[in-house]
Amino acid sequence: MVTTANNLVYERPEGFTDTPTHYCPGCTHGVAHRLVAEVLEEMGVLEKTIGVAPVGCAVFAYNYFDTDFVEAPHGRAPAMATGIKRVLPDRVVFTYQGDGDLASIGMGEITHAAARGENITVIFINNANYGMTGGQMAPTTLPGMKTTSSPNGRDVETQGYPIRMSEMLATLDGAGYVVRRSLHDPKNIRLAKKAIRLAFETQLRGLGFSLVELLSTCPTNWGMTPVESLKFVEDKMVSYFPLGDYKISQGVAQLKV
Amino acid sequence: MQKEIIIAGFGGQGVLFGGQVVAYAAMDAGKEVTWFPSYGPEMRGGTANCTVVIADDEIGSPLVKNPPLAIALNLPSFDKYEGLLQKGGTLVVNQSMVDRGAKRDDINVLLVPCNEIAEEIGDKRLTNMVAVGALLTALPELSIQDVERALAAHLPERHKNLLPKNYEALKSGFEAAKRSNQQAVFSKQ
Amino acid sequence: MTREMWEGNQAIAEAAVRAGLEAYFGYPITPQTEVLEYLSRRMPELGRTFVQAESELGAINMVYGAACAGVRVMSTSSSPGVSLMMEGLSYIAGTEIPAVLVNVMRGGPGLGNIAPSQSDYNQAVHGGGHGDYYPIVLAPASVQEAVDLMALSFDLAEKYRSICMMIMDGSIGQMMEPINMPEMRPVQRKDWDWATNGRMGKRERHVLTSIYLDPYEEEKTNLRLLERLQQVQANEVRYKEYFLDDAEFVVIGFGTAGRVSLSAVRAAREQGIKVGLLRPVTVSPFPHKVVDELVKRIQGFLVVEMNTGQMLEDVRLSVKGRAPVEFYGRPGGVVPFPDEVLAEIKRVASSRLSLEANPRDAWFERMMAMK
Repeated sequence: MVTTANNLVYERPEGFTDTPTHYCPGCTHGVAHRLVAEVLEEMGVLEKTIGVAPVGCAVFAYNYFDTDFVEAPHGRAPAMATGIKRVLPDRVVFTYQGDGDLASIGMGEITHAAARGENITVIFINNANYGMTGGQMAPTTLPGMKTTSSPNGRDVETQGYPIRMSEMLATLDGAGYVVRRSLHDPKNIRLAKKAIRLAFETQLRGLGFSLVELLSTCPTNWGMTPVESLKFVEDKMVSYFPLGDYKISQGVAQLKV
Repeated sequence: MQKEIIIAGFGGQGVLFGGQVVAYAAMDAGKEVTWFPSYGPEMRGGTANCTVVIADDEIGSPLVKNPPLAIALNLPSFDKYEGLLQKGGTLVVNQSMVDRGAKRDDINVLLVPCNEIAEEIGDKRLTNMVAVGALLTALPELSIQDVERALAAHLPERHKNLLPKNYEALKSGFEAAKRSNQQAVFSKQ
Repeated sequence: MTREMWEGNQAIAEAAVRAGLEAYFGYPITPQTEVLEYLSRRMPELGRTFVQAESELGAINMVYGAACAGVRVMSTSSSPGVSLMMEGLSYIAGTEIPAVLVNVMRGGPGLGNIAPSQSDYNQAVHGGGHGDYYPIVLAPASVQEAVDLMALSFDLAEKYRSICMMIMDGSIGQMMEPINMPEMRPVQRKDWDWATNGRMGKRERHVLTSIYLDPYEEEKTNLRLLERLQQVQANEVRYKEYFLDDAEFVVIGFGTAGRVSLSAVRAAREQGIKVGLLRPVTVSPFPHKVVDELVKRIQGFLVVEMNTGQMLEDVRLSVKGRAPVEFYGRPGGVVPFPDEVLAEIKRVASSRLSLEANPRDAWFERMMAMK
């Protein structure tokens, strides 16, 4: 299809560099990246934003966003973001982390960043496995789900239960805005973008820790087509990780976006 | 000149502060000084000690195995430092907390009832200052006035009202030590 | 200037503040906790950043973040805590940004104890974290020296975009000595051409990472780090010497072991033994050249450490078998008394010394014979 100025349906947001991403076909990381870039652009804060990339599939996030970026050790992004935000309180600081990074090795850092009410925004990609290392079991892997390190399906008797991070972090008084959204269809993507906007607004107004959990696909490691994987999110993941607002502090509730 | 002093007792007897007062006085007198505490998990009631080294030149070791001077505020400290003191050294012993006299006759043991003297002055917390006063009889490098000035300059503001009693404790300790020394000399004769 | 009495830990905290420390992140651990406590009051008072982190992992990564933002930042810890920080230190080294860390060392390995020790020399000087990197490591022997080196740490870290670590034995953290505290320097936030502090409409974006997927790029980074080490080695060696002019024997010791040795050397001099003391102040860069010079005119070295012979290896590297090297160590948190070192000086000065003997093995045999 030839795109002209009259029927422009897609263009690269200003918040992106002109770099093709390394993500697999059908992976929703690209969608999540785009939503963040669009929101930062719409809010006019690209110039003062510093992103913190994780270890995981999004390790190269810094290649795609046209903002200052640092790359954290595995799980430590919230601590690095704390260091940056505390010395540059007028800047916008966000981390972008996967489930292995945030909910496993980085459980201490994320929990205490939330408890301290750090004015940072966390974009949390939950795709139920360790993507970059080839699809091992993550803290978010569903019961019975097969991964390369739970080849017979996750046995909760020996391998424990999935962790619902948003629900957990919402119990902390330092958290201003904690919600779960999904990227499996256009409607949910629009809702996700609204949530990302609200999360950054929370930070801009100094209302505490904000986190948006995004249920995401991993077609390559799940062994599914992109369409099947979107269906898997809708049918299997949403029922274990219900979408919703887990923490909206009084201050955040009054925000109009 | 270099002098090493060990002050030892139970935690809570003011061992560390007693040493600090001596250290402050030495600093104000223009000396080099190192104050080194035994530090540990015990906050109260355990054994505590500190070493104070006073010198004219750069101080080497902050610790000394056989000090020429020591204060023992309780019996375990008396037992320990009587054995370790340098020959010819002086050991101030809080007589209120021990049930024996000196075993060695090649050191100068000054038995001073620090608790009783402190209580007579009106505050049991002055035990350490009584002992420091006694120590000064064997530390001619520092005068009572030096230590008084150090107390005035460095005692926390909230304790400044206690200054006169601290001075009294120093003097009483000094006098008691002199008497104890004379008795010791007398008994040896 | 009037001298003030300061406890070592509080003194380095105030010295860092006066050197323009903008942010401190730490976690409680004996025997360095007084630094954390002091700064918890002092930093907010000045409108500067203080965070008690959830762990040493959290603390060092907060340091990493603030260092990326281009401010003067530090953390302090003690041996087990510093082990936890090694991950972050490696990343900081790989990212080539300045950061300062103080290790108030205690006995180890494991939980060990809280007594003064020099057991982390190898960890500090020869890496510690993964990957090819070389931190600058300073080793003060007194409260005044710790205070002076604190300010220098920031200058060196920034000059060489490197980690500067100060290793001080627990004793220096806990002792009080009269010192001259330097004047307050104003906080000067420099506009580094690498800092990730937001484009702010002025420039292209900055990215700071320690990742070089292309081995050839990582190799270039490793060589750049090595080149920096060589500059540090050429420009920044610092040491103190005592009685070296006519010395026939030389004791080498850093930190508290160095100052205990000073007492022993003085006592030996009084007994007519021509012995001197070399006390490295920078242990990385190690004063190899000075040792190399001494080799030509002395009869033997005695290395004294509060460990089982870690700096010993660096001394042997300088000596290259050309002079006898002897060793005396007290590991585990034991601080040697001067008379022990004096006895060693006498032994060294009166024995036939061997060039071939392994000094650590020989010392070990003597230790076992004593027990």
